[in-house]
Amino acid sequence: MSEMNRRTPNKPPMRRGPGGGMMPGDKPKHFKKTLLRLLAYLKPQMWGLIAVFVMSVAATLFSVLSPRIMGSATSYLFEGMVGAVKGTAQGFSLEPIVKILVQLGVLYLASAVLSYGQQYIMAGVTQRTTQRMRGDINQKLNRLPLKFFDGTTHGEVLSRMTNDVDTISGTLQQSLTQIISSIITLVGVLVMMLVISPLMTLIALLMLPVSLLLTMRIAKRSQKHFAGQQGSLGELNGHVEEMYAGHIIIKAFGREKNTMQNFDEINQRLYTHGWKAQFISGIMMPVLGFVGNLSYVAVCVVGAMKATGLLGAPISIGDIQAFIQYVRQFNQPITQTANIANVIQSAIAAGERVFELLDEPEEVPDAAKPVPMPTAKGEVEFGNVSFGYTDELLMKDISIHVQPGQQIAIVGTTGAGKTTLVNLIMRFYEINGGAIRIDGVDIRDMSRVDLRNLLGMVLQDTWLFSGSIYENIAYGKDGATREEVMAAAKAAHADHFIRTLPQGYDTVLNEDATNISQGQRQLLTIAQAILADPEIMILDEATSSVDTRTEVLIQKAMQSLMKGRTSFIIAHRLSTIRGADNILVMEKGNIIEMGTHEQLMAAKGYYWDLYNSQFTAKEAG
Amino acid sequence: MKKLTRFMRPYAWGALGTVLLVMMQCLADLMLPSIMADIVDVGIVQGNTGLILAKGGVMLAISLGGMACSVAVSYLSSRISSAVGRDMRQAVFGKVETFSLREFDRFGTASLITRTTNDIQQIQMVVLMGLRMVMMAPVMLTGGLIMAISTNGRLSWILLAAFPVIILGVVLISRKAMPTFRSMQSKLDRLNMVVREGQTGVRVIRAFNRIPFQNQRFDDANGDLTRTGIFANRLIGLNQPLMMLIMNGCAIAIIWFGSKMISMGTLQVGSMMAFFQYAMQILFSLLMVAMIFIMLPRAQASAQRIAEVLDTQPDITDRADEKPKGETRGELEFREVSFRFPNAEADALEKITFSARAGETTAIIGGTGSGKTTLLNLIPRFYDVTEGEILLDGVDIRNMKQEELRRRIAYVPQKAVLFSGSVADNLRYGDETASEQALDEALQVAQADGFVGEMEAGKDSYISQGGVNVSGGQKQRLAIARALVRKPEVYLFDDSFSALDFRTDARLRTALRQQVRGAAFVVVAQRISTIMDADRIIVLDEGRQVGMGTHRELLQTCPVYREIAESQLSKEELA
Repeated sequence: MSEMNRRTPNKPPMRRGPGGGMMPGDKPKHFKKTLLRLLAYLKPQMWGLIAVFVMSVAATLFSVLSPRIMGSATSYLFEGMVGAVKGTAQGFSLEPIVKILVQLGVLYLASAVLSYGQQYIMAGVTQRTTQRMRGDINQKLNRLPLKFFDGTTHGEVLSRMTNDVDTISGTLQQSLTQIISSIITLVGVLVMMLVISPLMTLIALLMLPVSLLLTMRIAKRSQKHFAGQQGSLGELNGHVEEMYAGHIIIKAFGREKNTMQNFDEINQRLYTHGWKAQFISGIMMPVLGFVGNLSYVAVCVVGAMKATGLLGAPISIGDIQAFIQYVRQFNQPITQTANIANVIQSAIAAGERVFELLDEPEEVPDAAKPVPMPTAKGEVEFGNVSFGYTDELLMKDISIHVQPGQQIAIVGTTGAGKTTLVNLIMRFYEINGGAIRIDGVDIRDMSRVDLRNLLGMVLQDTWLFSGSIYENIAYGKDGATREEVMAAAKAAHADHFIRTLPQGYDTVLNEDATNISQGQRQLLTIAQAILADPEIMILDEATSSVDTRTEVLIQKAMQSLMKGRTSFIIAHRLSTIRGADNILVMEKGNIIEMGTHEQLMAAKGYYWDLYNSQFTAKEAG
Repeated sequence: MKKLTRFMRPYAWGALGTVLLVMMQCLADLMLPSIMADIVDVGIVQGNTGLILAKGGVMLAISLGGMACSVAVSYLSSRISSAVGRDMRQAVFGKVETFSLREFDRFGTASLITRTTNDIQQIQMVVLMGLRMVMMAPVMLTGGLIMAISTNGRLSWILLAAFPVIILGVVLISRKAMPTFRSMQSKLDRLNMVVREGQTGVRVIRAFNRIPFQNQRFDDANGDLTRTGIFANRLIGLNQPLMMLIMNGCAIAIIWFGSKMISMGTLQVGSMMAFFQYAMQILFSLLMVAMIFIMLPRAQASAQRIAEVLDTQPDITDRADEKPKGETRGELEFREVSFRFPNAEADALEKITFSARAGETTAIIGGTGSGKTTLLNLIPRFYDVTEGEILLDGVDIRNMKQEELRRRIAYVPQKAVLFSGSVADNLRYGDETASEQALDEALQVAQADGFVGEMEAGKDSYISQGGVNVSGGQKQRLAIARALVRKPEVYLFDDSFSALDFRTDARLRTALRQQVRGAAFVVVAQRISTIMDADRIIVLDEGRQVGMGTHRELLQTCPVYREIAESQLSKEELA
């Protein structure tokens, strides 16, 4: 697949965090648009959200009410006490207190139930929303052209699917209810304060701009360092990943010292940004606490004056106490909002990355009325095909005609376009001009499902999934029976080695199937193809990473696979080429020679030169 | 966790300072309620504005002091925790750099990466939280308790009753939550795996029309993760409402019993309010401790993982610094060398004996799993021999400094590894001081001058991480050029031509021949055609040396070699 991975070599250095993780410092580019799209995702969960909203409002109102009720208890006690001191009262009954406390108890209990109800519903809402988001990404991946996968690392897609979606879900779970309760607390507390005393409220509010200003200034400064911290953390992770992955080369070339030096520099930067970010953000709480105390004293002074009737109508002691509690409650949502603002910003940035993926251009859809092609004779025709991975054309005006049952070998140097040719038949990429026809039907007029049912493919870089060997072979055909699977394995000369494994056909392959050898993997993919029984076969010859005995088996299996089918074989060695009905010699994306071995040798052209170079290779040793 | 305390030691004074400051801050916080009580009890009740202003002043002064302490705590704790994290990362990274392949294999690359980054980050967070809060909780707790009891001893039993309830709640929830979170993590791993497979196998999946099957796998994993996620979050969501309920229950109890005392005249309203404040402070600090307890198990797991890395002693060390007598030329000799992987039942290599002379080509051939790469890996001491010895210019390589040994070797691995940086940066891995001309020469020999020249910035073109922006064949040629820049005495090529087409392969070999003259050239190969004229071919079969000689000799004497040859070469070529 080397041809495909070739991209413009002079790619600018791009630094991403470990797996491109979300950074709080990342500023979203289209805040409003992304926010609206995220909200649209929540739509199916609307009833749940409405329930959460109602519960949240109720729970917050209860907690806003409770100081006032508690205050009434204190007021009553205070009056009773004052009365007792003055000797006017006849002691006092605790009955009203009981009443108040029962009220309070009910309120607390309700508010606990409501706030748990909120969490309970919200957990479902968030998890289901993120499940849908992940599902959408997966569906999207199915519709993306292969071009996309060539240009994007696996880690990057994974990171969007997990890290970014997690950031969003975390924000939803925590912040959404917090925002609601913060706003309601703010409003509710303000109302209660105004009800108790507009004058004292005014004094308490005097400090509000101070708090806001301080919060903003601190947040701004700390954000700069948080961004720096995330940046150097990403750099450090990248460095560590790269150096560990290349450990053997570092050792072989004795580069440990340079590597350490690099690491230390990045590490030191991380330290500097890190402690500053922590420090500055750590200042927020104590500073706001002090401002809170300032307004507390001011309120007390005014409260005392009011209580003695120095300032307007006198006010009960319980109300003062309640008011003081409200002042405290008032400061809390402000600090919280500052935090939430940060969190939301990072969620929006994460959302942006997810939507960026979801907005990638998709494959050309299947024809509206595809020509049904359940089987085919296997005639393949390239008619004046031109194609390029980028705007620059790699292939120009290629025409080939293959008769049913013919064997076509494709040769050429690395990067000559051998794999590209095969990719075009599979319609992994869209051609820029001309047409590819099977039995005279343009492959773009068929459905992709039909087209690929006609074609079978065995590639050098084998792909098996983590599951049993049986499941992997059965992958070739929907609803294959056990007998069919075993027959295919026998035809692929894989039956013997499978039986020597401890669990036979039920042996479970691990991730990347490293528990069997490269050659054995290839035999399994051949079995897959045999089971699929396609009309046209595409094969990539095994190269050097397979041991010789297995290789003989692979050769035999491939021969039996090609029998009676139109087949394309990407050849790396010349023994295979000789028997082919037609040899395509490729160079720089184009077919420069075509014919049988004898014809091409007689022509003494590029092929002849290529053929002879293998003998000089031996001399060079 | 204990083993990691040494990272705290350099900052012991700072940590002590932090603790003292935290205590002062707590004291300040503790003094406030009683002053508030005075303001209410005396000031407001008597309408004494002067007293309120005076007390208010004191209160603000204390509060200002508290804030100063708090800021200082924030400063110290940020610096200390960041520095501990930095030192720990440095120690772990430095340690890993000393690891031989054996230790590396044991941990796995991915695991070592997380240990160096995420795990240390976890610890750093805990140190920060610990410095800021852990000390606060006990000080607040005892201080608050003393103040509360001194305010009113008879109300204090309410607090004592609340403690066990809180602790029980935390223990129960976290005991259930921990395994749930763990299983969530493994389900996330599973989802990751399915998605990764979907990407690596995108061609096969589409070729076989198996998108629906793949979707089924994905949906299963996704649904499974979601269900566990919902459960875990619902469980953890229980925490806060429950704790609030307990606290509010205490509040009601305090008012009820307080009212009774007030009605009997044994308690002042202001004192009750003060007690109330203390009670809330105490309970809050308990909640904080509870939060830390929930964080702790994760941090502990991290600490263990880090300690494992730091405690690992690399088994390849420099035990001596023996210099070869006379000229160093690159004469390599294996004497009865056996090697066995740790915990393996059989030797991977058994009694291998041969010499690779300077100026000669020595080829190693054999099937998959015959031990070719392992043999090569013994030479730069990626692994140490289990028995026998390997000599370079007459000195046992275990008696040489690793740096010295490797300086004399250039190694080209089977799978070419490039690093992010320019082409030139990558080539200079071979020799930092190499001139531009030397780089150009190496590129030329490696048949890489062509495509490097076509790159936008030539040798200064950027190679992205893992070399994903160059093709497999190009990567391999750059890796060869890197080795050539080193100009060593011994070249080790591990099947390093596999991604090259035979034309490039042939040109490269011809050019290489000229270049490496005078050095020992050891090459692992799969194809006989590429090594037919080597001075010496060593045939390995399941770790045993079953033949040694030239191509012609081996065809006569070695059945394994002949079998390989027959499968690869045509009749004419064998003749």
